[in-house]
Amino acid sequence: MLKADVKLDTLGYFCPMPIIMTSKKIKELTLGQVLEVVSDDEGIKKDMPAWCQTIGHEMVGLEEEGNAAARVYKAFVRKSK
Amino acid sequence: MSPTKLEPAVALAELQESKPDRVTIVVLSGDFDRVMAAFIIATGAAAMGMQVTMFFTFWGLNVIRREGATSGAKDLLRRMFGLLNKGGAGRLPLSRFHFFGLGTGMMKKVMSRNRMPGIAELRETARDLGVQFIACTTTMGMMGVTKDTLIEGVDQLAGVSTYLAEARQGNVNLFI
Repeated sequence: MLKADVKLDTLGYFCPMPIIMTSKKIKELTLGQVLEVVSDDEGIKKDMPAWCQTIGHEMVGLEEEGNAAARVYKAFVRKSK
Repeated sequence: MSPTKLEPAVALAELQESKPDRVTIVVLSGDFDRVMAAFIIATGAAAMGMQVTMFFTFWGLNVIRREGATSGAKDLLRRMFGLLNKGGAGRLPLSRFHFFGLGTGMMKKVMSRNRMPGIAELRETARDLGVQFIACTTTMGMMGVTKDTLIEGVDQLAGVSTYLAEARQGNVNLFI
């Protein structure tokens, strides 16, 4: 289980909203804090690491929960800049 | 070219020097689906820290015209054209399955049920994220689109040299 300082719920939102919400939310964090982004959009598995790499934040990890019909993804991002 | 004064392309380039990666998108189409793709890429790129400029030309101008705007042109032909080609992000038809508005209406219903942002919301998000909107003066003149019928927040009215000055710096240049 990964730990986060702040949680962001993007359930029900499709691309590009989770990333946009993340990019806004991460501004509220201080350096080193971890943001947990909860999403049910499968695209986040690839999109979040790509976003982190481009922006320069650290992708701490990704957790998956639920079954195939209702899967929830939790992406953990450490504010690194 | 229309009589609107062109901004020097250099000024724009200087203005945007702060961010490294640049994306330019020419929005020629006024189709709902194509415009939506353009805005999804634009907002996504802006969220990734890229500097995004969108150039609206021909039918794409309808996206940055006020809802239901007709033409403010002086001559009859362009006024008539303005009546047939009303502006507004809410009026864009799907490129396929429009069915006189029925298909597009159904698509919008599905989208709102699934909490997907529409064109107007995506446009607002793009503005919030600092995406630059540029309206093409040549096609504005051609189609009788006057400045006063454009939405607030169009950064510049410009032509092809401004686009090219941007595009040659761009890592991603799209034509939609």
